[in-house]
Amino acid sequence: MKGKVLQISALALILALLCTAAAAESGAGAGQKERLKISTTTSLYDTGLLEEMEKIFEEMYNVDVHTVSGGTGIAIQYGVRGDVDLILVHDVVRERNFIDEGHGLSRSCFAYNYFIIVGPKDDPAGIAGMKAPEAMKTIMEQGMESPGLVRFVSRGDDSGTHAREKLLWKAAGLDYEEVRSSGRWYVDAGKGMGPTLLMASELAGYTLCDTSTFEAFRGDLALVPLIEEDETLLNVYAAIPVSPAVHPAVNCEMAVKFVNLLVSEVGQDLIAEYGTDTIGKPLFKAARGDCDLIGCSGDECAMPLAEGACSLAAA
Amino acid sequence: MELILTLDPAVVEITVRSLLIAVASTAIATTIAVPAGGLLHFHNFWGKRAIINIIQTLYSLPTVTVGLLVFLLLSRSGPLGGFGLLFTPGGMVVGQTILIVPIMTGLTIAALSGITDQVRDSAISLGASKRQAIFTIMVEARAAMMAAVLLGFGRALSEVGVAMMIGGNIQGYTRVLTTAIALETSRGDIEFSMALGIILVSISLIVNLLVNRVQGRWWT
Repeated sequence: MKGKVLQISALALILALLCTAAAAESGAGAGQKERLKISTTTSLYDTGLLEEMEKIFEEMYNVDVHTVSGGTGIAIQYGVRGDVDLILVHDVVRERNFIDEGHGLSRSCFAYNYFIIVGPKDDPAGIAGMKAPEAMKTIMEQGMESPGLVRFVSRGDDSGTHAREKLLWKAAGLDYEEVRSSGRWYVDAGKGMGPTLLMASELAGYTLCDTSTFEAFRGDLALVPLIEEDETLLNVYAAIPVSPAVHPAVNCEMAVKFVNLLVSEVGQDLIAEYGTDTIGKPLFKAARGDCDLIGCSGDECAMPLAEGACSLAAA
Repeated sequence: MELILTLDPAVVEITVRSLLIAVASTAIATTIAVPAGGLLHFHNFWGKRAIINIIQTLYSLPTVTVGLLVFLLLSRSGPLGGFGLLFTPGGMVVGQTILIVPIMTGLTIAALSGITDQVRDSAISLGASKRQAIFTIMVEARAAMMAAVLLGFGRALSEVGVAMMIGGNIQGYTRVLTTAIALETSRGDIEFSMALGIILVSISLIVNLLVNRVQGRWWT
């Protein structure tokens, strides 16, 4: 009987190994090729921009680009743990921390657009035309007065968009902790951008959103943009290769090459045009030429990184 | 619907990958859970009740918790980081195996307990040794044990926590049905998500039908 159990176990194990190998193989011969692992914020991935960029990159170099998409919070966390080679995020405060703590090589701004404040068509709090911080303050005041009528739905997930929301409360002279616990009008969704938009639409509430996700969902929503292109709503995307000094196993060379594609003519043109053929207008603006506007000074300004940047950092 | 009917290559690829990973996890988990369940059922020792209690508690282990745990193990900064298993299909198999071993072990014990002592007694009275008696009970319990394996397979195929956190939902590499559904939903493509969901349910149905048929034909 022991023999039989052993036989069955051995068979099951062989089956398991075969399946695992086959699953790995089905990744188009992964394993032989070099791998570049990127963790990215959802907006770049969900719009499909990054997939386009990957195709170009994979044609240029013999490499498999593997993209893991999540909020800026988790994307940075992957970088801190050395699980990815490059991060593409949009939260300048945490980006600077990431580099100061030694995890990141350098910050390159490559694209931007604007956050928008969206809400129900009838705009019950009357924020249309205001500046963003003023609008946020008005939503809060109106929300506390009539919580059934005016609501704000927050991402509440430590994403880049959530971080910007906190900055806006601060700019309005309010304390975020007090705001979030001040009543039923403030809805802490704890979800990604898409689900948060759907929730805001169901609740007839306001929310802060990036333009690209809003355009993707527009058809399913009873929401309209109320505040757009306000300079306090600037949304800058930056690329940071993970530093080989702290994480020797990262593929820094490839990460640098990918950054250099993003900031090249080809990359910047793609960013500036992306979305025109699907929704009729570009979803992002190229960082090239607008560095002063978006607050990316000197070497952060859409410039190629030096080929030797990695070995220099590792040494 | 069109995507299913026309067998869109991307959809087929994702479906095949889902199946391979779930089968691999279930196969490994079976080699752990069935002997472990047998050991626990046929031996009496101090603390046995406590272990069974723990196993039963682990039935309801949330998949994201297992995902987080395995992520911390396999991450470059974790104890097993050197193997580079994070964001690979191999890592997903490790995570799903950990996820389904408790429920398969528990159900194996339940399957064996379902065989009355009479079977053992009559086997022994017919001159069977203890080993032969254990074998007889396992043979008698095969249908219920098959159900344990199937349930494990179903959980591995349908879970999203481990697949997302360990696999990372990488296109063409670790994207499976459940993570693709999560992604397409967040992209706003509800129809595509529904199509994938239908495939997932259909697979479960087909596997169940097949197993019923096999059991009916050859085993009883």
